[in-house]
Amino acid sequence: MELTDDTLRDLHRRMVRIRLFEEAAGRLAEANKLPGFLHLYVGEEAVAAGVCVALTDEDQITSTHRGHGHLVAKGGDFNRMMAELMAKSTGYCKGKGGSMHISDLELGMLGANGIVGAGTPIAVGAGFANKYRDNGKVAAAFFGDGATNIGAFHEAANMACALKLPVVFVCENNEYGEFTPRHKTMAITDIVDRAVGYGMPSVMVDGMDAVAVYEAAVEAVARARAGAGPSLIEAKTYRYYNHHGVQNLGLKYRPDAEVERWKERDAINGIQARMAEAGVMTPDQAEAVWAEIRADIDAAIKFADESPTPDPSMLLVDVYSQNVEAL
Amino acid sequence: MTATEVEVRQLPYVMAFNEAVRQCMREDENIFCAGEDIGAFGGVFGTFGGLQKEFGERRVVDTPISEQAIVGLGVGAAVMGLRPIVDLMFMDFMCVAMDQIVNQAAKLKYMFGGTARIPLTITCGGGAGLSAAAQHSQSLEALLCHIPGLKVVVPSSPYDMKGLMVSCIREDNPTVMVKHKRMLGVSGPVPEELYAIPLGVANIVRPGTDVTVVAYGRMVSEAMLAAEQLAEEGVECEIVDPRTLQPLDSATIVASARKTNRVVVVHEAVRFGGIGAEIAAQIQEEAFDYLDAPVGRIGAPFSPVPFSPVLEAIYIPNAARIADGIRATFGRPARSV
Ligand SMILES: Cc1ncc(C[n+]2csc(CCOP(=O)(O)OP(=O)(O)O)c2C)c(N)n1
Ligand SMILES: [Mg+2]
Repeated sequence: MELTDDTLRDLHRRMVRIRLFEEAAGRLAEANKLPGFLHLYVGEEAVAAGVCVALTDEDQITSTHRGHGHLVAKGGDFNRMMAELMAKSTGYCKGKGGSMHISDLELGMLGANGIVGAGTPIAVGAGFANKYRDNGKVAAAFFGDGATNIGAFHEAANMACALKLPVVFVCENNEYGEFTPRHKTMAITDIVDRAVGYGMPSVMVDGMDAVAVYEAAVEAVARARAGAGPSLIEAKTYRYYNHHGVQNLGLKYRPDAEVERWKERDAINGIQARMAEAGVMTPDQAEAVWAEIRADIDAAIKFADESPTPDPSMLLVDVYSQNVEAL
Repeated sequence: MTATEVEVRQLPYVMAFNEAVRQCMREDENIFCAGEDIGAFGGVFGTFGGLQKEFGERRVVDTPISEQAIVGLGVGAAVMGLRPIVDLMFMDFMCVAMDQIVNQAAKLKYMFGGTARIPLTITCGGGAGLSAAAQHSQSLEALLCHIPGLKVVVPSSPYDMKGLMVSCIREDNPTVMVKHKRMLGVSGPVPEELYAIPLGVANIVRPGTDVTVVAYGRMVSEAMLAAEQLAEEGVECEIVDPRTLQPLDSATIVASARKTNRVVVVHEAVRFGGIGAEIAAQIQEEAFDYLDAPVGRIGAPFSPVPFSPVLEAIYIPNAARIADGIRATFGRPARSV
């Protein structure tokens, strides 16, 4: 498979879109303009971008509490995302879900999730539906290192393998679950070790390298599409900000030097350097991408700001579906 | 304030919990705590702050994100004679551990012909009001109360928190202690010495003659505000806080109902199938002839908890709605909009 210049530009654009969206969200949260919890994806952009570029718009993903990056990478609309974070009626979930439940079924984004690990069995269900309909689509599940400690993940992984479903498991191993380092909650270092127990092919990639993630994802997606069953991709990555919000609150649970070390390997800097060297995108052209996306973010904030809050009459709407007459 | 009241130290709800655990752990080597981020970090709500520092990693254990195994760890260790306190962070996450709670912890004693003893305390943060949306805001206590074998504890003040938590820890049955997330910072008088409030004994928070308001958890403070409004309208409310929902102090509730002849039951949980329905049913069974009005029930509407602060504010029962519920038992019109 050949890595095209367009693919590089696509990876770059999706990552910058995530970065700028998340940084804007962080600023808004610090200005007390976003209610609820906010789990930022900054630092991990290469994972969502690398996987989603390898998927088609028709493929599905499931996400986590740290879900904005996944939706942006899948093509999410800034206006509706920002409006949801601000709890406005024009948001993706009409202001009823917020950051932790952001979703766009039309883009195959089956939801951020407030319950750690809960997205993985749902991806198995989406994969099942794909196989059932023989539609050639693939479902990818994003989840954290911490989520691999929960039963739902193990049941999902085993079932997907047993039923040979078109699913790609994507672990974002950022070395922490909330404020507890990974080594305190599992006796293994690499999540890929878990795949062996399910008879699932797996690969470990540098999650700060979008191209590496992309290439691994292309292979896993092809395997799933060909009917050869699921794979696990473990991307070693890092979140720059706190577990939720931006700043570390009080207690320090990870050394500053560690954060700085990861930032030196920033995925966006990495791909920009690579593209500059290859003559694919000059620094000026890269800057133009940032500027364009910044303008989109500003427009989204304006849109969200000017949007109405949900009407009180909406409280009891959408608890149940209206039955659709069977065709 | 009297001299004795001045002397009683003020402590936030969160620290009342913490102090109960700390003092009990000093007394009983069999007590240990386990849960996510409770060690070095002290728990996401700060409830376990400093405990690992005092008792070490042996007795204050950071676990993986594994709610089913966390409760199971507690069940197994309890059967073996330890006295575990296991934390589920948000009450919503108990759903992940439901088998261990409902099919194991609650039933082992009975199924084993009485041979097992499960001195297990499960702690969690319940309640809405933080724009935390539908999976981090629920009040699921009615689910637990329906299960024979479990005890369910819902403190409404720092004083009650400490005394009830001590009883949970000393209890030889599985208890679920629900800390209301929005009360963590609320301060009140809490004696420094170790004391226990028995499970199953209601507290008459405010004596009154005209109407009984049964409320628990954070709704007690809302009911108090409603009672102040009603006092201005010439109605004296008696507020009964059951403190524990299982066991339920039906006798105190029924006695109050017989005295005042009117009852409104309040909870933050969804009204349909909530514990208020059980309380209302018991009152009509035991005090039917005394009632001058149907028992009123105030609870959340039948929807998941919305994220939007605007919708959430409408969703959560408050003093104004409680006051209207009380007025209704006198046939008076509602005043809130
Ligand atoms: C079932 C469940 N348990 C606990 C939590 C609280 N919680 C939210 S995020 C998180 C850490 C998740 O760690 P990981 O899966 O590594 O994802 P990361 O935050 O590092 O992206 C925890 C414990 C939860 N939301 N759901
Ligand atoms: Mg993690």
